[in-house]
Amino acid sequence: MIRVLVQTAAIDVAAELDLHDAGGHGASASFIGRVRGDDGLTELFLDHHPTMTGAGLADLAHGAVDRWQIAALTLIHRVGAMAPGDTIVLVLASSPHRAEALAACEYLIDRLKTDVMLWKRETFADGRVAWVEQRDGDAARAERWG
Amino acid sequence: MALNIAYFAWVRERMGVAEEVVDVPAGMADVAALVAWLAARDDRGALAFADPLRVRAAIDGVMASPGSPLAGAREIALFPPVTGG
Repeated sequence: MIRVLVQTAAIDVAAELDLHDAGGHGASASFIGRVRGDDGLTELFLDHHPTMTGAGLADLAHGAVDRWQIAALTLIHRVGAMAPGDTIVLVLASSPHRAEALAACEYLIDRLKTDVMLWKRETFADGRVAWVEQRDGDAARAERWG
Repeated sequence: MALNIAYFAWVRERMGVAEEVVDVPAGMADVAALVAWLAARDDRGALAFADPLRVRAAIDGVMASPGSPLAGAREIALFPPVTGG
C-alpha cells in the first residue's frame, strides 16, 4: 500500500501509523520532521505547486518501492502555515526486513529535500521574513542515491 | 504568442501575482529567452529575475532547463530551487 498526501491540515502521526500498520509488517521505519523554533521563528510557511508537488512525492514513493522490498509506504508533507513543533513531514516505510525499511525511509527524506516542489518561508519574532535557500549538503545527500 | 505563467515562492512575491497570461513576441525560443524578456519587461521582473541562475522552470508539469523550447507549452512555472523536507 502506498499512501501519499499533500495537506494543509495537521498530520495526525498516531492515526497515520495505525493506518500504515494495519497489515502487520516485519519492520517499520519512520521519520517525523518537525518545525524548529530556532532564532525566534514564529511561523514556517510552505509554498507548493497544485499538481507537481503531489506528483513528485508519488514519483519518489514509487521509486523507493522499485528499489527495495517495501510492503507499505506512507509519505505525507504538510503545506501552508505552521508553528514550531508542528509535524511538517511524515515518512513511514515497512518491509519484511529492517535494513530495507530504514534505507527506504532515509532515501525518501533525502530526495524530497531536492526533488519535490516545496519552498519554505520563515517568519521571526523580530519581524524578519526570509525564504530558505537550498543547502549544498542537502543536494549532496540526495545525489549519493544516484 | 500567449503563455500562461505561474510563479512560486519568492518569484511569486516579487512578481506580485501567482499567475498571469503574458503575450510574448512570436518565435520566442526557450525558457532562458522568456526569463530574460520578463527581466527586461518591468521593475518587478527585473527584481524577480535579476539572477537567472537562481530560477528553475517547469513546462506543463515537467521540469525544464534554460534551453527547453516554449513551442506548444500550455503553462510555464517559474520558481526558486526547492527547499522541502
